[in-house]
Amino acid sequence: MTFRQKHLLGIEQLHPQEITAILDLADTYVDLNRQSVKHSDTLQGLTQINMFFENSTRTQASFELAGKRLGADVMNMAMQASSIKKGETLIDTAMTLNAMHPDLLVVRHPHSGAVDLLSQKVNCAVLNAGDGKHEHPTQALLDALTIRRAKGRLHRLNIAICGDIAHSRVARSNLILLGKMENRIRLVGPPTLMPSQISEFGVEVYDDMREGLKDVDVVMMLRLQKERMDGGFIPSEREYYHRYGLDAEKLALAKPDAIVMHPGPMNRGVEIDGTIADDINRSVIQEQVEMGVAVRMAAMDLLARNLRAAREGAPA
Amino acid sequence: MTTTLFTNARLIDPEAGTDHQGWLLLRDGRIADKGTAGDEPAADEKVDCGGQCLAPGIVDIGIKVCEPGERHKESYKSAGRAAAAGGVTTMITRPDTTPCIDTPEALEFITRRAQADAPVKVLPMAALTKGREGREMTEIGFLMDAGAVAFTDCDHVLTETKVFSRALTYAKSLDALVVAHPQEPGLSKGAAATSGKFASLRGLPAVSPMAERMGLDRDIALLEMTGAKYHADQITTARALPALERAKRNGLDITAGTSIHHLTLNELDVADYRTFFKVKPPLRAEDDRLAVIEAVKSGLIDIISSMHTPQDEESKRLPFEEAAAGAVAMETLLPAALRLYHGEYLDLPTLFRALSLNPANRLGLTSGRLSKGAPADLVLFDPDVPFVLDRFKLHSKSQNTPFDGQRMQGRVLATYVAGNPVYRS
Repeated sequence: MTFRQKHLLGIEQLHPQEITAILDLADTYVDLNRQSVKHSDTLQGLTQINMFFENSTRTQASFELAGKRLGADVMNMAMQASSIKKGETLIDTAMTLNAMHPDLLVVRHPHSGAVDLLSQKVNCAVLNAGDGKHEHPTQALLDALTIRRAKGRLHRLNIAICGDIAHSRVARSNLILLGKMENRIRLVGPPTLMPSQISEFGVEVYDDMREGLKDVDVVMMLRLQKERMDGGFIPSEREYYHRYGLDAEKLALAKPDAIVMHPGPMNRGVEIDGTIADDINRSVIQEQVEMGVAVRMAAMDLLARNLRAAREGAPA
Repeated sequence: MTTTLFTNARLIDPEAGTDHQGWLLLRDGRIADKGTAGDEPAADEKVDCGGQCLAPGIVDIGIKVCEPGERHKESYKSAGRAAAAGGVTTMITRPDTTPCIDTPEALEFITRRAQADAPVKVLPMAALTKGREGREMTEIGFLMDAGAVAFTDCDHVLTETKVFSRALTYAKSLDALVVAHPQEPGLSKGAAATSGKFASLRGLPAVSPMAERMGLDRDIALLEMTGAKYHADQITTARALPALERAKRNGLDITAGTSIHHLTLNELDVADYRTFFKVKPPLRAEDDRLAVIEAVKSGLIDIISSMHTPQDEESKRLPFEEAAAGAVAMETLLPAALRLYHGEYLDLPTLFRALSLNPANRLGLTSGRLSKGAPADLVLFDPDVPFVLDRFKLHSKSQNTPFDGQRMQGRVLATYVAGNPVYRS
């Protein structure tokens, strides 16, 4: 099975074998990234534009590094500071950029579905770097690679995703991906931070974290946005930490070899105890960052192959 | 004194609840007589209907014509043509223009525009509060004198309960009809979809269907208090129906409508963020759709409206959350409604009770029926002919229809206003 996608808009569109194809290729890029000369010419001559309509340091840096290591010409555009402020619509911005002949467009946007809309108007490969509360596919893929490397497999694992599920595109992409790979998924969090009818997605929902963490292989923590902390969704930061913060006591209920993940940036003392985040025996948070670059290299490599094949008129 | 005889027609009579072959005699723009095939009277003119359906023209409550303010989206001329092509013989227009229709002067302006340009009857609604801001009531008396048939702030829900109760009390003294949008705005703020599995999957901000029932419950309490004459513009959820049923049983002067979109589409039609399916309130779950059809059938929901809302491409070619809500619908109203007939949910007299008779009755109009003396506002249509809708062939200036490219059945052959043809296909 080859990778058939023209864009990477979400995990929803991917076949399990396509997920495996990305992860397998990413493994080879992990090796490359660990060498002293971290360079390949895979994307030589191609132009990658990072369009971030929402602030991001980590994801944007990761995509930039991934493109540069593969030899692409990379340009960053901070869209929140530019033409959107002047009233230009998303589609006009897309058309303008399209006229510059980019090959890979990496887009983050605060509204669900916006990257999908943009992809319909350009003739290059589009990578979704997060759209609203919808999807964040490269994050789910890097999480999958981290799990696969730590656990030796990506199926039949008990995985708890904890925290603000309702507002999290990371959670959505992850539960779709981990579901496709046949894992048991638990969602843990206060009911105010759960999307409606989420139990119909084939997941188990827990509002008691101690119960939710019992015997899991993977604990995935999510970031709690500052603006949700005061009274609106949860009573207070300290009550949230007490009930849903990951500390040694709650983690003890998981399997002894359970790993701890977090997409970053972390709020130490809100959703996770700092000592657990730093515990090299449990936390794989730094590995997640490393896998991020490799997975993004793999995704762009595969999309570029399809793009070149399409341009040459050969079947992708 | 000229007479016209429509022969060989399938008469859809919502008042009698009948659907049979017959003839209809018109005299001076009014219906003079009707009967069954075989005993046709003599007439100056004859129209052979070819066995097709002849029904009272549609009285459509809640049409947005974008004059004044956004004439590029829809003018009285284009809306009037769309109405005629859709079998709508009376347009009841919304006041949510820019600026809104909240003074007798503004009302006179649109009445003049409508008379000059629209081939069908146009009756305007006016705002209930100044600027639709929910703070001070409009000059309800003067506006009625100027021709306002009802008062509504459209989708702006009046949150100041005291202001609303006073406006209802005042309207009651003038026997004015108040049209409201039942919705709890605190709950529905920012929502683009109905909460549930689909909205969760797509990551769209969503509102619980309960917000509609909460809004309706509040309005019903205010009706008990004031005794006003009230119409809920769109009831779209199963949960709101028992409250409506109770209010009617308790003898309150309340009626309810629903939109053609909520009767024929559900939330899944949004699919990959198709903004032409973004309406207000948002499309609901399939269970809600079926419950609302049942309510139309039983008469609990009185009226089907198009909720015609033109939007230009710029307002729709945006991410779903940012895109404007609303759909043009006058021309697709009848073929879409006929899906309920072909699906064997409703018979044609029941359909026209909701499309023509009930809205006319609610507004005190004599049209909407095939009885002697009623204005000869008629629609002649073939309920069966199949076609694929091409949005660029619509008469509206805006083409934001969710039915683009869809297979539909049923077409208007001719529309008559006061006996005069205003549309022929």
